[in-house]
Amino acid sequence: MTISLKVNGKSHEVNDDPSTPLLYVLRNNLGLRGPKFGCGLGQCGACTVHVNGRATFSCILPIAALAGREVTTTEGLMENGKPNKLQQAFIDEEAAQCGYCISGMVMRAQALLNAKPKPTEEEIRGSMSPNLCRCGTHAAILRAIRRAAVA
Amino acid sequence: MRLRAVLIGTLFIGILLVLAGLAWTWRSAIEPISLGAKQVADAKAIRQGAELAAIGNCSDCHTTKSGAPYAGGRALDASPYGTIYSSNITPDPETGIGTWSEEAFRRAMHEGVDREGRHLYPAFPYDHFTHATDQDIHALYVFLMSQQAVRSTVPANDLKFPFNIRLLAAGWKILFLNRGTLQSDSSQSAEWNRGRYLVEGLGHCSSCHTPRNLLGAEKKNSAFAGATVEGWYGPPLNSSIYAAHKWNAEQLAEYLSTGWHKMHGAAAGPMADVAKNLRQASRENVHAMAIYIASLSDDSKAPTAPAQDNPVVNAASEVTAIYTGACAKCHNDRNDVGPSKALPLSRSTAVHQADSANAVRAVLYGIQAYRGSGGPYMPAFDGILTDVQIASVVEYVRARYSAGPQWTDINKQITKARQEGGQP
Repeated sequence: MTISLKVNGKSHEVNDDPSTPLLYVLRNNLGLRGPKFGCGLGQCGACTVHVNGRATFSCILPIAALAGREVTTTEGLMENGKPNKLQQAFIDEEAAQCGYCISGMVMRAQALLNAKPKPTEEEIRGSMSPNLCRCGTHAAILRAIRRAAVA
Repeated sequence: MRLRAVLIGTLFIGILLVLAGLAWTWRSAIEPISLGAKQVADAKAIRQGAELAAIGNCSDCHTTKSGAPYAGGRALDASPYGTIYSSNITPDPETGIGTWSEEAFRRAMHEGVDREGRHLYPAFPYDHFTHATDQDIHALYVFLMSQQAVRSTVPANDLKFPFNIRLLAAGWKILFLNRGTLQSDSSQSAEWNRGRYLVEGLGHCSSCHTPRNLLGAEKKNSAFAGATVEGWYGPPLNSSIYAAHKWNAEQLAEYLSTGWHKMHGAAAGPMADVAKNLRQASRENVHAMAIYIASLSDDSKAPTAPAQDNPVVNAASEVTAIYTGACAKCHNDRNDVGPSKALPLSRSTAVHQADSANAVRAVLYGIQAYRGSGGPYMPAFDGILTDVQIASVVEYVRARYSAGPQWTDINKQITKARQEGGQP
């Protein structure tokens, strides 16, 4: 079945089973390797992308549900080929160890900053809670988000 | 002249009635205690009190989302009367109950009157706590007094006229407060009686599982017939139970102490906090509660085993694709538990009950209460799916996994759930 998807501003025709998770299509059909497969169950957040501006687990979102909705991945946050302010803050704070969760973390944080450019500490922690980091880089991740929020 | 006498007489009787009423409802203040007067309680009583506080779910109402334990201030939606804020029950002398003697605390629990002599609103379930023994109240008192004192003034209640008149609570008590301990039922086991004492008393289970009348009191002739609380439906615990199949005491005991049972599902919504608190209660006490609760639905006609998987032949291909790609990753087996402790949906109580309140809220906001403790988990589909998709998937699940009639309230429940916001 052919389904049209709008990803990072570009339209794509995808020929796949309509129950296929968006994550698989992004990585396998469109070559966008930012979003990661972690648990595949909506538990860890490594697959987080934006759908209509909201941070969303792409591993449990079948492409059948995407008609007329816009998807953004971490690749789509780049500005003129360079990391955007939040991505740069992650780099500056060295907010990664193995890095597997970071694309999802960036997307979750970006959705927060888009809605609330100057979030409180409680709001940051509350909205980041769906995303897990097994290396324990949370403190650096929080610093990166704070850095991007005040910059 | 005669008319005048009658008028004066009527006025006189009226004044007498008002005075009698005031005398009836008036409660004196109990002398404040000073902090120095507090006695050091024994550790055993404090431990008992901690367990009783867990069974009573005290921290749930008396703690805000980000506040200190027992410091109060949680807004309790007392619709249609307004909003009540729970009180600070830490031993802070100025903003908590630090100046309350045990006598004052006991009076509050048994009669719903605070230390100063003011009538408390029945949002504080003294209609149940009145059954607690003096010994248990002593344990609770020393436990609360052993907690960290937190200086925190709670917001003033926001109640509509005339409900903002505290004296009305006195009238409510005349009508609905049956003081005193429960007489034990000699035809039942000691464990059943223990369970009834905990369930009807400190546990105050029927506060959420019994419908209320216009004055906010539990309808005695519909005890445990199910009620809506904070948007969620507290299902019936009596014979009208909606379970896909019958509960037994052993299953209930496991559900109450872990928040989950593989044949029935997860304690979600307001029940999640109850289950999380009951983890701290002893096996014996939880088991006794389970024995009593299971006895309430002894005569239920619910089947003993669930068997419902109706092929939904007319479903649109979009909804079956969404179900397969979003739901069936965890709810993946007709006979077994899937990842995240997801049940075959044919076993789910939410899917079988009369309205879609709990199914809609579980899909929208997920089950997040046990994150980090290995319990059941469900991601929030709010934002992953659109409201139209959520409605169609809920409708599909109902048609496929229950024998009940189609739900007609799904869209209304989604709108309502959005107004309430996410679960705690």
